Amino acid sequence: MELHEFQAKELLSRYALSCPSGHVATSPDEAENVASALRSTDLFVKAQIHAGSRFRAGGVRKVRSAAEAKAAARELLGQKLVTQQTGPRGQTVTRVLIEAGVPGARELYLAIIVDGSAGALMLMGGDGGTDVEERSGRGLPPLETLLLGSGGEMKSGDIADFCRRLGLTGAAADNCIDVIRKLHRAFIELDASLIEINPLVVTGNGDLVALDAKVVLDDNAMFRHPDLEQLREPADFDEIELKAQRHQVNFVQLSGDIGVVVNGAGLGLATLDLVRAAGGVPANFMDIRTTAKSLDIAQGIGLVLDNPRARVLLINVYGGGMQPCDTIIEGLGIAIRRRGRSLPIVLRLTGNNEELARLRLANFNLNAIECGDMWQAATRAVAIAAGRA
Amino acid sequence: MTILVDQNTKVLCQGMTGWAGTYHTNRMIQYGTNIVAGVTPGKGGKSHIDVPVYNTVKEAMLVTGANASCVFVPPANAAAAMIEAIEAEMPLVVAVTERIPVLDMVRVREALKGSKTRLVGPNSQGVLAPGVCQIGVMATDRARPGHIGVVSRSASLTSEVVAQLTTAGLGQSTTIGIGGDSVHGMGFAECLELFFADPQTDAVVLVGEIGGSDEQEAARHLRANGLQKPVVALVAGQYAPPQRRMGHAGTLTLLGRGDAGNKIAELEEAGVIIAPSAHLVGATMRDVLAKRAA
Repeated sequence: MELHEFQAKELLSRYALSCPSGHVATSPDEAENVASALRSTDLFVKAQIHAGSRFRAGGVRKVRSAAEAKAAARELLGQKLVTQQTGPRGQTVTRVLIEAGVPGARELYLAIIVDGSAGALMLMGGDGGTDVEERSGRGLPPLETLLLGSGGEMKSGDIADFCRRLGLTGAAADNCIDVIRKLHRAFIELDASLIEINPLVVTGNGDLVALDAKVVLDDNAMFRHPDLEQLREPADFDEIELKAQRHQVNFVQLSGDIGVVVNGAGLGLATLDLVRAAGGVPANFMDIRTTAKSLDIAQGIGLVLDNPRARVLLINVYGGGMQPCDTIIEGLGIAIRRRGRSLPIVLRLTGNNEELARLRLANFNLNAIECGDMWQAATRAVAIAAGRA
Repeated sequence: MTILVDQNTKVLCQGMTGWAGTYHTNRMIQYGTNIVAGVTPGKGGKSHIDVPVYNTVKEAMLVTGANASCVFVPPANAAAAMIEAIEAEMPLVVAVTERIPVLDMVRVREALKGSKTRLVGPNSQGVLAPGVCQIGVMATDRARPGHIGVVSRSASLTSEVVAQLTTAGLGQSTTIGIGGDSVHGMGFAECLELFFADPQTDAVVLVGEIGGSDEQEAARHLRANGLQKPVVALVAGQYAPPQRRMGHAGTLTLLGRGDAGNKIAELEEAGVIIAPSAHLVGATMRDVLAKRAA
């Protein structure tokens, strides 16, 4: 679960990480009030969306007065902001964060991630300001790294050395050790999967202030944090995906016209690849989890039928030990009956209860074009979507 | 021959008395797996589906001589179950449970360090030696005994690849699911080494996907240690949008790492043959072996 900047800063402030003074606003008037209370002529109005690269997309405005803050908020609120990370549809701005500027001598990048190969937390640091994705493209040196444990225990020497490698000395180095300890503790206590501070500004007297903060919480650990669940905010596309999740289906809306129904994440990815290789564009990714029952599956397939762009259903099923073929076909039949809408069906079916599934298909009175392998199925579906078959 | 499991493997199931545990333990017994015990704290002394249940892994190992564990324990307690098995020095632990908190898996990895345990998973379909031993939840209908090793991050693609291999007349020595999570036990490199060391395995299929860096690590390992047998690879997700979780937690390409193109390039550089499409893995392997025999 990705948090907004203001939510991330609020959480990290509980761990005494220092952030610029400021407050979130949902209307231009509120923005003006927040700005005047800050009593500064160096202010920022920042769009709160779940994506980076906001600055370059005009989502962060530097202003000098409360009146200017109000004007900037009026422009940003309600706008669909398109950044390099939002995708072409952009995200609607419903809140802005107004903050006082913090003059700094240097900007740092500091992050903690989970490193899968090391099976540990990884601290990363370097010069800040640039998106980490762009670093190598711009020929910037690689980030300094340090592996951290899961228990909050750390060798001070290692962290001191890490801060030296960042080129920090004196008070700034001491403060950085302190910030790293706080972030490490926050990471563990919040069950985060990413904390990124970029930039972390070093002021003239060596204080460290988080100008921006990104926190991603581990969805699998939310059962330990019912209090944090309220921070969840469905983005534009998320509502459909959340509904799918409730029915044991992993679903991601995509831009094309070929509705895809698959059981299994890897098979789902491979099916998207085949559709693209055949010259088509998928309308969605789908992975029906093995725990889904036929009524869950019907809900998942219903989401594909609800997509007005979808022109064909490509069903690629490998019946396993827990979820035989007929369970999926049962779900398909129920979904089509309920929706009263069907689409041409291209079917590739193999594995457990294959024959029973064909019988169920006939019982539901469904006409499907059955193909022997998944490449034939993909090319057939692409041809149908293109009006060639 | 097989790797990780053989006809002497005695399996205990942690979380056997739950719904999924009961269902899959029954399937494994039907397949011929020697299931010797279940472990559920508080239910020790009882028996469930005719299998004796113990309170702890240590006790079950002592009484039954179990040398492998299959973990079905729900996410909140799955890591503790794995750590219990590691501390009891269980040689092989296969974790099926999905959606385990990632920090819990970091703790499991810390417990694994210097231990005597090999961990497969979590979020894994398990280990299958066709006709010999099944530990896990995978489809078994198309699997046949033979000489191809399969190591995969995806359960569904393993079923698909196994079916293609069998159609191509190629049986399997052992199939291993390393799991779909970013932090997991055995990786591709370790499994490849076991297949290379097994005299009955002629070649290996590696099934990768976007996210993480398991494929790159395997490639680096092969470049450093040599490719001792033909390896055919499939990397799924070339057209998946970045920064989205596509079913598996491990598919999230955080911080620009883990795209399919990069994985394919590194594997190719290490001498791995890339299957041109997901439906051609079996045929590619057949051609590779035919060329080698000629």
